[in-house]
Amino acid sequence: MPDTAWQAKDLLTIRGLEKGQVELILDTAESFREVASRPIKKVPSLRGRTLLGLFFEPSTRTSSSFEIAAKRLSADWVSFSSASSSLAKGESLIDTARNLEAMAPDLVVVRHGHPGVPRMLAERLGCSVVNAGDGAHEHPTQALLDAFTIRRSKGRLEGLEVAIIGDIEHSRVARSNIHLLLLMGARVTVAGPRPMMPLGIEQMGVEVAFSTEDAVRDADVVMMLRLQLERHGATRFPSLREYFEVFALTEKRLAGAKDDVIILHPGPMNRGVEIASEVADGPYSVILEQVANGVAVRMAVLYLLTLRREEGE
Amino acid sequence: MTLLLRGARIVDPSQDLDRQTDLLLADGLVVQLGDAIEAGEGVEVMELAGKVVTPGLIDVHTHLREPGQEHKETIESGTRAAAAGGFTAVACMANTEPVNDNRSVTEHILSEARRHSYARVYPIGAITKGLRGEELAEIGQLSAAGVVGISDDGRPVESAELMRRALSYSRHFDLPVIQHAQDMALSGSGVMHEGAWSTQMGLPGIPGVAEDAMVARDLLLVELTGGRYHLQHLSTERSLQLIQEAKGRGLQVTCEVTPHHLLLTDEAVFESGMSTDTKMNPPLRQESDRLALLEGLADGIIDLIASDHAPHHPDEKDCEFSDAPFGIVGLETTVSLCLDRLVAGGVLTLSRLIDLLSCRPAQVFGLEGGSLKEGSAADVTILDLEAEVTVDPRSFLSKARNSPFGGWQLKGAPVRTILAGRLVEP
Amino acid sequence: MAGEIVEKNETIEDLILVGIRTRGVPMAEALAAEIGRMENVEVPIGVLDITLYRDDLSTIAPQPVVRETHLPLPVEDRILVLCDDVLFSGRTIRAALDALIDFGRPKAVQLAVLIDRVGQRELPIQADVVGREVSTTLDQEVRVRFESVDGVDEVEVVDRA
Repeated sequence: MPDTAWQAKDLLTIRGLEKGQVELILDTAESFREVASRPIKKVPSLRGRTLLGLFFEPSTRTSSSFEIAAKRLSADWVSFSSASSSLAKGESLIDTARNLEAMAPDLVVVRHGHPGVPRMLAERLGCSVVNAGDGAHEHPTQALLDAFTIRRSKGRLEGLEVAIIGDIEHSRVARSNIHLLLLMGARVTVAGPRPMMPLGIEQMGVEVAFSTEDAVRDADVVMMLRLQLERHGATRFPSLREYFEVFALTEKRLAGAKDDVIILHPGPMNRGVEIASEVADGPYSVILEQVANGVAVRMAVLYLLTLRREEGE
Repeated sequence: MTLLLRGARIVDPSQDLDRQTDLLLADGLVVQLGDAIEAGEGVEVMELAGKVVTPGLIDVHTHLREPGQEHKETIESGTRAAAAGGFTAVACMANTEPVNDNRSVTEHILSEARRHSYARVYPIGAITKGLRGEELAEIGQLSAAGVVGISDDGRPVESAELMRRALSYSRHFDLPVIQHAQDMALSGSGVMHEGAWSTQMGLPGIPGVAEDAMVARDLLLVELTGGRYHLQHLSTERSLQLIQEAKGRGLQVTCEVTPHHLLLTDEAVFESGMSTDTKMNPPLRQESDRLALLEGLADGIIDLIASDHAPHHPDEKDCEFSDAPFGIVGLETTVSLCLDRLVAGGVLTLSRLIDLLSCRPAQVFGLEGGSLKEGSAADVTILDLEAEVTVDPRSFLSKARNSPFGGWQLKGAPVRTILAGRLVEP
Repeated sequence: MAGEIVEKNETIEDLILVGIRTRGVPMAEALAAEIGRMENVEVPIGVLDITLYRDDLSTIAPQPVVRETHLPLPVEDRILVLCDDVLFSGRTIRAALDALIDFGRPKAVQLAVLIDRVGQRELPIQADVVGREVSTTLDQEVRVRFESVDGVDEVEVVDRA
């Protein structure tokens, strides 16, 4: 049963969420998806609220997704990125938090390259904090929009076979999705090159495979992760070309999946590296829907957290 | 001055002693140990029934940060913390600014320590100039100035060639080569133990093999050179096996372990919400390593316990886990943790603990003390096994607060130390 | 009520009955069925969730759950008949008007309510078609039940505890 109200101050991790909370977000997101089909794509619910985006790590798609979500709720959105001098090096995170507090925002969305930063800010700020990605740790709204996309397509999450394929070690998308899919009763297999498979991953409750074919076999959902050799690759994998040859999701490799399999990708895609173009653009791909759903899910998150009332209020 | 300690339970492993008796100290030395010693004129008497008296405890792995990093700690604050923690002596590492790779830094440390007189300070000299790992430091000069060992700690000696020559050259001065074993290529950008918990939290890991691989290499070089080798903060089951095997072959090898590696695991990083007080190097390892270390203590493979007291200014640790410097303090928690969790916890006898904290450190490094035999230095630690304490980092005498043990309720605590026959007031 | 709606509107081909969640919906359905019987015409039905437009979102507890809005046709050049079970302060209808404007520009908007709690308006809003007027005080509540939702058709006036 979905919860009837949202009470937590922050959304920092999927780990620790309960099923009812997830269902509340997904159900609320359904309503917001409808807003996007209107001529006037705006509702007044967060009118007069100030939402801040702090992007210590550059991000166009996630930050613009949050921005559109905020604006469709009639909120005022202000965003700081590491490119601008306001997040210049030298100012400690703690001082940044104090300065933010003085501006009295209603909610802060933060993305950072280091795990634990959103939590540090949440502990020091009275307003709500939403984690838009902290290092390789978690990316809760991505997992929520992935789950929303899967649920819309399949009608459910429980009992589905989901394969997550790629550089699992460095992927916050993988970690958040593992927590969420297992929470909602799906089964998860992770796969990728051994040098990129983190130690002890099976203790998170997933099956582990080492080839795309094995992971994709009988899968209902296939999620491809982006390969970032320039960031993490040097000693882990020889080349993009080799990755395509050995691991990419091609039509041939997809053949073993269920007939109604759907393909997800958190974006941005590296065509010809982790996924072949004909698959990315093919009939099984729901990658573009993920983007649309991203705005609806983020609207739901911003709406629920900004207007939350704690027990007893 | 003459001091009579009356009625305490005296535990001195160097004499196989553990019974209630009296101890007389005069002119900085142990004069007499026996029952019903008479107090003569002008003798100060301390009634210590119910307390425990041991040879002064010695922490051979501390960072006093002076010269150059006095915002973290000074020789004064560090030795005060040592005395409060029940230690009459500490050895301090060379990674100061400037590095202790020359006699003038060594002499500065010694004279500062003497000026404050809270505890004896034994400087450890650098193995390589500037800790750069390229050329040997002037080990002979350092030895003459008074270092009791050489170490490049917080860094490893990476070059096998340099480690070979250091082991070789150190034999001229009978100094132990003290190694912080860490293969830097394997540890990479890791910030915690590589295992199930680093995987869950998405933090880059330092695999156990980063320690094991270098220990294995070093032991082969010890075999080649016949030098003396002391392994710092041993943290893995495999390193322990390697040390045991090397000792079995008669190599001059010793090792130490920290209280935090005996009592905490990588899960603490998660449980604490990524608190930077759980970040140190080597990192908190997995449970199987911790259990192996406890066994190694009980079996006698591990020679001594040392804290690796690594103070940092609170501002430096008040940031996200990835950015924080490695290290926690330990001088003011080691004794209570060991008395409560190891002795009361049934892992060690009190006598064996004192061996690990006093006798063996003195033996391995050739230091004064470590014994209450007549003629020994009058360095004494008084303990109260019944005292109940709650660890509160804000009340530390150290300048630093970075400890993961805040809030721990422990039974057993140091009461006072006596240094060269004088009661110390920290 | 169905008769009045038909009387009021020359061409019922342009009508859309829009039920305000929750109990405006079975009401719209019942009206559509009745009009259909009378005029032999199928009147389209829409569903409007006004949660996002309420002016008291930050203060009411518990936080209401947002549900979907669904209009079957574009609203341009059509006459929307808002249907709600009880007209009280008028704020719900104000929110509904705000919501409808975001869908476009209808030709006209009319209001049909089952129960009009006279004298309790906080905004200048009145219904075009009223089932029954009822005098109530502020500390009374009017509860309407439909068989399709609650298992029974009835109206109850209760004193708040």
